[in-house]
Amino acid sequence: MTSDTVRAAPRATPGTVPDPPPRSLRQRLGDLPVAIMFVLPATIGFAVFYLWPALRGAYLSLTKFNVLTPPTFIGLENYERLFGDRLFWNALKVTAEYVVLNIVTQTVAAMLLAVLMYRLTKSMVVRGVVLLPYLVANVVVALVWYWMLDFQIGVVNNMIEWLGLDRVAFFGSDWAIPTIAGINTWRHTGYTALLIFAGLQMIPPSVYEAASIDGASEWKTFWRVTLPLLRPVMALVMVLSVIGSFQVFDTIAVTTAGGPINATRVIYFYIYDMAFNRFNFGYAAALSSVLFVLLAGIAYLQLRLSRAGESDLRGS
Amino acid sequence: MGSIRWGRVAGWAVLVVVMLVTLFPFYWMLRTSFSNTRALAGGASDLLPVDFTLGAYRRVLGLSTTAEAIAEGGSSGTVSFWLYLRNSIVVSTVTTLGQVFFSSMAAYAFSRLRWPGRNALFTVFVTALMVPPIFTTLPNFVLVKDLGLLNTYLGIVLPHLLMTPFAVFFLRQFFLGINASVEEAARIDGAGHVRTFFRIVLPMSKGPIATLAILTYITSWNDYFWPLLVGKAENVRVLTVALGIFRSQTPQGSPDWAGLMAATLFAALPIMVLFAVLGRRVIDSIGYTGVK
Repeated sequence: MTSDTVRAAPRATPGTVPDPPPRSLRQRLGDLPVAIMFVLPATIGFAVFYLWPALRGAYLSLTKFNVLTPPTFIGLENYERLFGDRLFWNALKVTAEYVVLNIVTQTVAAMLLAVLMYRLTKSMVVRGVVLLPYLVANVVVALVWYWMLDFQIGVVNNMIEWLGLDRVAFFGSDWAIPTIAGINTWRHTGYTALLIFAGLQMIPPSVYEAASIDGASEWKTFWRVTLPLLRPVMALVMVLSVIGSFQVFDTIAVTTAGGPINATRVIYFYIYDMAFNRFNFGYAAALSSVLFVLLAGIAYLQLRLSRAGESDLRGS
Repeated sequence: MGSIRWGRVAGWAVLVVVMLVTLFPFYWMLRTSFSNTRALAGGASDLLPVDFTLGAYRRVLGLSTTAEAIAEGGSSGTVSFWLYLRNSIVVSTVTTLGQVFFSSMAAYAFSRLRWPGRNALFTVFVTALMVPPIFTTLPNFVLVKDLGLLNTYLGIVLPHLLMTPFAVFFLRQFFLGINASVEEAARIDGAGHVRTFFRIVLPMSKGPIATLAILTYITSWNDYFWPLLVGKAENVRVLTVALGIFRSQTPQGSPDWAGLMAATLFAALPIMVLFAVLGRRVIDSIGYTGVK
């Protein structure tokens, strides 16, 4: 469930313990010997499984490499090939469709759910229930819905027929992306709602009292008070959900496997396919570099546009 | 006043619908797992199991004969989810123990010790949170393959055994909050850093460490992509990978739905039990992991 490590990624706040001005060498080194001992295992882990592969990945993207024979350097050829690769552009298009559908439905539903929980109940049972889908593996969630949405004997299609409508081919080429977006919305709404819920609890009650004294309606209070004050939290939630959403893989791998034809061949699946079915590691590495740059750019834009670092509460 | 009360009623109605939509698939999993796959088509909308049987569980756990399995729409080959359960437990347990221990050591050095380069190294660690996993996953696969560790437990656990940037970051935040005077008292009593770490800092941080351990365990248990790449072989295959393979088998023209649902339930059950026992800790952690 690789996407979730990114979803849960917190904001970076580099060291906050101030160092005293250095004097003697002994003081300058501080606790260095013992610190090395403490930090060594993690640093080895970081160097071998994060730093080195990141550098190697960048290099491999400039090579032709099928894993069995050593990589041969080909310069920017992989990146040039990318421009003319119809499947790559299709993957981007399909991924974008998925992300938009997933993020819009998930964020709206989560916001509604968070506000309802905030206004109605502090019950741990309610919070536990809504969180449950998020704790179950993507693969499990995908398979349950794959069964429930089966064309012939799935319970959802039976209900649809019972309502007098036509059965829907949920995993056919027209519906597959909205279906998968819906499945992951089902899985992530509760989790996202709890994040927003935590944000709602940070808004001081005095703000609401002031609004109610001014005679603002609930609707107006939500749009004019709650939502603006929630902006920093929402900005972070949105960045994490969008990054996570772009990396959809598990659900597709166990249901449509990219099909029908290329209808659900999202970028993550395309990279996987390129590396492990077509043994084109160099090109797959180039694709993941592009995804990396794309995600970094999107996150940067989102943070800039939403002014995530500033809070409307300060100074008021 | 009346309008407010109606608002609350409507709100609760929506909340109840959300909870029903959330829980229904779990019920449907259960209901299907006690059904006979061959009979499912005949009672597709029945709320109770169709032709109640424990056959699906017997198939998935390798207890039924070929004839029995075929009679209920299963496959003739035997599968044993016990083996995959064992593999999942080994992988998740080792990953969690290693990652939490080594990350807490690093977090101690980053929060309670003073040494040159500390903040620089920490910044580098945290930067790795921005890198999408796929970027490092392909080269890591090549590395694990070159080390000859494909289809071994070690190959599956190694990348997350010594640290994740998130774990170090998460624990450092808590260690920073520990009152320095407690630590100083221990130092005055002659305790070294190792002793202070094991006797003072770790016991004082039991809560956050337990929270991180639960989150790590769940993440590891649910992981699919990495074990799919390096651990497809039966002897190290974890539950998620096994489910994917089980799903792609269509023994009698269509999947063995009852067997598949029994298997998914079997794979999800340990996490649901963990959640039932330690739920509050998991729920409370959500505020920390996402928004701080």
